[in-house]
Amino acid sequence: MSTLTKPDFTQWSCPLPLRDYPSIVLGHGGGGQLTSELIEHIFVPAFRNTTLEAMADSSVLAPPAGRLAFSTDSYVVQPLFFPGGSIGDLAVNGTVNDLSMSGATPLYLSAGFILEEGFPLSHLAAIVDRMASAARTAGVQIVTGDTKVVEKGHGDGCYINTSGIGVISNDVHIDPARARPGDVVIVSGTIGDHGMAIMSVREGLEFETVIESDTAALNGLVASLLPFAPHLHVLRDPTRGGLASSLNEIAAQSRVGIVLDECSLPVLPDVQAACDLLGMDPVYVPNEGKLVAVVDPLVAESVLVQMQEHEHGRNAAIVGTVTEQHAGMLAARTAIGGTRIIPQQIGEQLPRIC
Amino acid sequence: MKYLDEFRDGELARHLAREIRQTATRQWAIMEVCGGQTHSIVRNGLDRLLEGAVEMIHGPGCPVCVTPLELIDKALAIASQPDVIFCSFGDMLRVPGSTKDLFRVKAEGGDVRVVYSPLDALQIARQNSDRQVVFFGIGFETTAPANAMAVHQAKLQDLSNFSMLVSHVLVPPVIEAIMNSPACRVQAFLAAGHVCSVMGYWQYYPLVERYQVPIVITGFEPLDLLEGIRRTVHLLEAGTPQLENAYERAVSFEGNQTAQKLLSQVFEVADRSWRGIGEIPRSGWKLRDAYRNFDAEHRFSVSEIRTQEPTLCHSGEVLQGNLKPNECPGFGNECTPRHPLGATMVSTEGACAAYYNYGRFVALDSIR
Repeated sequence: MSTLTKPDFTQWSCPLPLRDYPSIVLGHGGGGQLTSELIEHIFVPAFRNTTLEAMADSSVLAPPAGRLAFSTDSYVVQPLFFPGGSIGDLAVNGTVNDLSMSGATPLYLSAGFILEEGFPLSHLAAIVDRMASAARTAGVQIVTGDTKVVEKGHGDGCYINTSGIGVISNDVHIDPARARPGDVVIVSGTIGDHGMAIMSVREGLEFETVIESDTAALNGLVASLLPFAPHLHVLRDPTRGGLASSLNEIAAQSRVGIVLDECSLPVLPDVQAACDLLGMDPVYVPNEGKLVAVVDPLVAESVLVQMQEHEHGRNAAIVGTVTEQHAGMLAARTAIGGTRIIPQQIGEQLPRIC
Repeated sequence: MKYLDEFRDGELARHLAREIRQTATRQWAIMEVCGGQTHSIVRNGLDRLLEGAVEMIHGPGCPVCVTPLELIDKALAIASQPDVIFCSFGDMLRVPGSTKDLFRVKAEGGDVRVVYSPLDALQIARQNSDRQVVFFGIGFETTAPANAMAVHQAKLQDLSNFSMLVSHVLVPPVIEAIMNSPACRVQAFLAAGHVCSVMGYWQYYPLVERYQVPIVITGFEPLDLLEGIRRTVHLLEAGTPQLENAYERAVSFEGNQTAQKLLSQVFEVADRSWRGIGEIPRSGWKLRDAYRNFDAEHRFSVSEIRTQEPTLCHSGEVLQGNLKPNECPGFGNECTPRHPLGATMVSTEGACAAYYNYGRFVALDSIR
């Protein structure tokens, strides 16, 4: 569990200091003084930038050269703090990664909070702190935001929505429909870490070792790959539904088949053991700091080496190929030399009884 | 990983598969009875690896698949009650009853929780003394000891707000039912290793004797399964119907006697309905009268709920290997993994679901 940093109440000069309310009350979403205090004491100091500090109804941004990428995602993870990260890290990194997967350089984020009455301010401050730190690491600015408060019992502590804007250079065309037969599939590291980290704390399972979430912003890694741009056909971050969902979607959108070589899939031993215990398959388990790239075979080795030199791609591996056969489907050569299909899941993966 | 990686060695697996293919002079029809084995076979592509030498018939060993519709309806009725916390293993939540599944009940406000052990449900009962906590106790002999322990503990601790909806089923009676079916194509069985680790394997000698059918106790990792199949094929080729134990590291002749003692204390043998197959005499367990107070069917008076299985579904014949899934009129039409009519389409381990997902794959050979 990550450490919670309390807001520094002694530095506050507000006539009605927040110390009177150690947790969120309905008034914090009412648009009055309490809302202003939340903004002044928690959000602005953490996210500090001139656009945000203008405190206008909307942020005014100069249009960058190139094409715009725009993405939004909502974060409802439980628990809010887990080994390796928090909802705050996910809210920034998730949207940064969605932008990055179209080859965009992420620039600006919005942050919308839905807080439940009674939610401790110290937790909110810790989440906001993690968001600010993640934004600094990713080099993006949080330039606009919103807070609403729902009655006790109508929320799960804290929900966050972030939207993001990025810019794509005109010579970059990364698209899930661009995979072509012969292309090589590369993942940037071990799969299943985030999902099993969440499972291990959410379900009250007591594993002997701590599995940490892989949450990370991948825009730096993507930037290092952009020199290969014409040969970089598809990028996806395999979050919900894991690697299997991303590759099934690519196969469907590009009308190609994809064959994974299971032996080459990087999986941490602890994650594999936890999956075995619960009857789950790592290819369906979510990741929050990994990408899968489909690239022209000409550059596959160079892309792999480039990834492995980056801190978020050290365990990158070539894991499969794109084929003309069985268009729209994902198959795998199993470790023992058999073959199987990896279908799209109907819902989320459930632990099996047997 | 100790005791796992050793049994997933690709080189050894290919060696075993080669031996099986070389030994088989014809294609043999072998049924694995356990859903866990079906999962491992499909997951590792063993069925395709052995094509031509062995046809694996996926038996009725997935407890999720064989739980009768009527019992699911009872579970849904109980879980919908306002003061109930309904606890279940995860994969039961998606199994459809007549009108909905447990996910729907949860969405409609029911307190449905996924647990990993019946003892977790017991813990929830202790923490919520003002609520009724019900555990959905399904499964074969493998999950039964933990369920028996939960009920036993509840009685010892006088936990009046805990009860169990029991639908335990047993392997030997269903093997018998399959062998008694006039159209039976099964030539040998892989017996479920984990069931045998609890019950021992002495129960299977009479089956081998009566039906002159080889039975090999088999584990779950790829090498375990290949070794079980290898031994079975040798027995079939030699024409010697025998019982062999290919899972010696977990299974003994007597089994786990402590567990068996508890099981016979808590449960008694009863007739059971199997989804898609129908009633099989003496094929399950129910709570003994001494534990009747912990029987959810008794506590929530749901015994009047009566549900007929859909007539379109032929899963019983599929489970016996008499009908290929895609030969069923409902297959892919009224019956799909999203809207399953019967047992075998419900779980990803079911033969119909496996066929739906994998069977339409025409060019699989090209990736060998």
